[in-house]
Amino acid sequence: MTVATVTSSRAKSSASLSHRLAERGISTRLLLLVPAVVFALGLFVYPFLYGLGLTFQPLPATQAQWGGGLFANYVAFFKDAFTFDSVWITMRLALPVALFNVLISVPIAFKLRNRFRGKRTLQALLVLPITLGTVLTAQGLLIFAGRQGWLNRFLIETGIIDQPLQLVNNYLGVMFSLIISGFPFAYLLISSYLSGIDPSLEAAARTLGANWKQRFLRVTLPLLAPGLATTFILTFVLAFSVFPSARLVGDASGETRVLALMAYRSFAEQLDYAMASTIAIMMGVVELIVIAVVFLGRSFLYKGSTGGKG
Amino acid sequence: MSLSASAFESLEMKDVGRRFGGRDALVDLNLTIRAGEFIALLGPSGCGKSTALNCLAGLIPLTHGEILIDGKRIDLLPSEKRDFGMVFQNYALFPHLTVERNIAFGLQMRNLPKAEIVRRVAEGLALVKLEEHAKKLPGQLSGGQQQRVAIARAVVLEPRLVLMDEPLSNLDAKLRLEMRAEIRRLHQSLGLTTVYVTHDQEEALSLADRLVVLREGRVQQIGTPEELHKNPVNWHVADFMGYRNLIDVEVESVSGKLARVTGGGLSLDATLAQPAVPGDTVRLAIRPSDLLVASTATSTDGHNTFDALVNVVEYHGREFALGVTTTMGQNLFVQAEVAPLPGEKVTLSVDSARALLYHSDLDAMSSEQRELAEVRG
Repeated sequence: MTVATVTSSRAKSSASLSHRLAERGISTRLLLLVPAVVFALGLFVYPFLYGLGLTFQPLPATQAQWGGGLFANYVAFFKDAFTFDSVWITMRLALPVALFNVLISVPIAFKLRNRFRGKRTLQALLVLPITLGTVLTAQGLLIFAGRQGWLNRFLIETGIIDQPLQLVNNYLGVMFSLIISGFPFAYLLISSYLSGIDPSLEAAARTLGANWKQRFLRVTLPLLAPGLATTFILTFVLAFSVFPSARLVGDASGETRVLALMAYRSFAEQLDYAMASTIAIMMGVVELIVIAVVFLGRSFLYKGSTGGKG
Repeated sequence: MSLSASAFESLEMKDVGRRFGGRDALVDLNLTIRAGEFIALLGPSGCGKSTALNCLAGLIPLTHGEILIDGKRIDLLPSEKRDFGMVFQNYALFPHLTVERNIAFGLQMRNLPKAEIVRRVAEGLALVKLEEHAKKLPGQLSGGQQQRVAIARAVVLEPRLVLMDEPLSNLDAKLRLEMRAEIRRLHQSLGLTTVYVTHDQEEALSLADRLVVLREGRVQQIGTPEELHKNPVNWHVADFMGYRNLIDVEVESVSGKLARVTGGGLSLDATLAQPAVPGDTVRLAIRPSDLLVASTATSTDGHNTFDALVNVVEYHGREFALGVTTTMGQNLFVQAEVAPLPGEKVTLSVDSARALLYHSDLDAMSSEQRELAEVRG
């Protein structure tokens, strides 16, 4: 008797339609997603697709100069050395900066893992540059490291150098500015990854006879590596899209002629929206390639639990 | 089995102490460990037992005292040079290395030849019966298996001393019993000198050759399981050794080793484990199993008996655990073979040799010592 009822109820669910839909994740709660979807469509998907569309509507002048019909903008991008070189110019800035920020953050995050007097103050100082805008950083750099800046005047007056050092309005200036603004992100990310690694793993390695180098290379680094890759990507993307500092403390028409500047130039000076969009799209493509390469490398790493609180 | 322990004659801890921010975590620990011994450090959490172990391992430096192996100081050696194996409470297996490579880790650090490493890892795996899991990552193993890997990782090094920090506390009850037997078996077959930290007196009693009971960083008693079980030196150790009934009573008269005490609705003859004079307030310690429920049939001679009301009856398989209240409202734990009904009145009796009297004051220091300690702050 009871057996019979059980089998029949299995054969045909007695639950209501809404109940069955809810089990598949369909319910009125999905309406909560509407604002997010509207924003995403209106502020990202539509403008992005519109811009992508623009890239296939080259100006007649571009078409006449480079040919290629609908793809004239892309042909121009690759064939015009003045434009294409800026891919390498941007890379030459963003890759070393991202690498430097990641590498310098590791020992600092390591040191700051221990408790000591004044740790909070030091941490606050390290993270403070986040609150400074790029413009403020650039202004500070100009005042501090410019030809007539404090640093050069100090060095000349003390007789260490006789010609002022060229530290701004060139590659170095932009690099300093990117390091200042990118480091806090790298440090914060890496220290949170590091706190996710159970300290007893290192203690275990110690009792097994590993010295600090072996402990770092064989235990901590392998567990930290995926985090380092993610941090590298984040700081790389931040540095790759550099715009204000490339103009303010860089050499905007020479060695810091980055992609963002090129896009801005097409848009504001040549009124060539189509070419500006093309450069913007290509920026994204280059970034995606770098990200893909880093994630490919990351996929070979151990990414499971690291046993800590993180 | 070619795995064995590289031996020393004796390891001596002399006046070992550790302070954390002005608070004593461990005070004057004096202990000599002979080769092949299994020592358990026993105490409630925060008693300094883990501190003692970490000091031995070299993971935290001593604030005073020294540790000697065969007369040579080792407390200044860094952890990685001490040649001790350690098993952690949370296993601390390297999550990115396979079981095999976890076990090989310490051997690789010692730059042993490859063939030797392969051989010893295989032996280690066989020792803990994990051969078929060699290629798995620790995350794919159960808690008990992970703990076995941690043990294998420590013992393949053939360490001079194995340190275990509550290795079974993260396991469920059944697995805990299995692993306990496993640890005992490994200790016996390899002759490993072991220091084992636990808060579980049953674990300590069943495993150890000698126990060290700690309280607030101070050693309370050191002895064989039997010594501690039979003659705890103070009520704290007694409490740990299963004397669940601790009652504050007053001494009425003393005759030799026996004293007449009253309090909590009891009036009994009990054995003085620590000296007392009439008028003293002392603590009476009785094991639940030593409180006998007098059945109506057997007539007691009225000596060392008292009446109590049954509150709770728990079935424990072979026996019953009773919670009773004396006429004066003192709650007691009793182990009984028969089950009275809750609310029933029973007569309990206790052998005066099994009722022990202790000072209620734990720090059995003399008044001079106490003054000295106060001056030292």
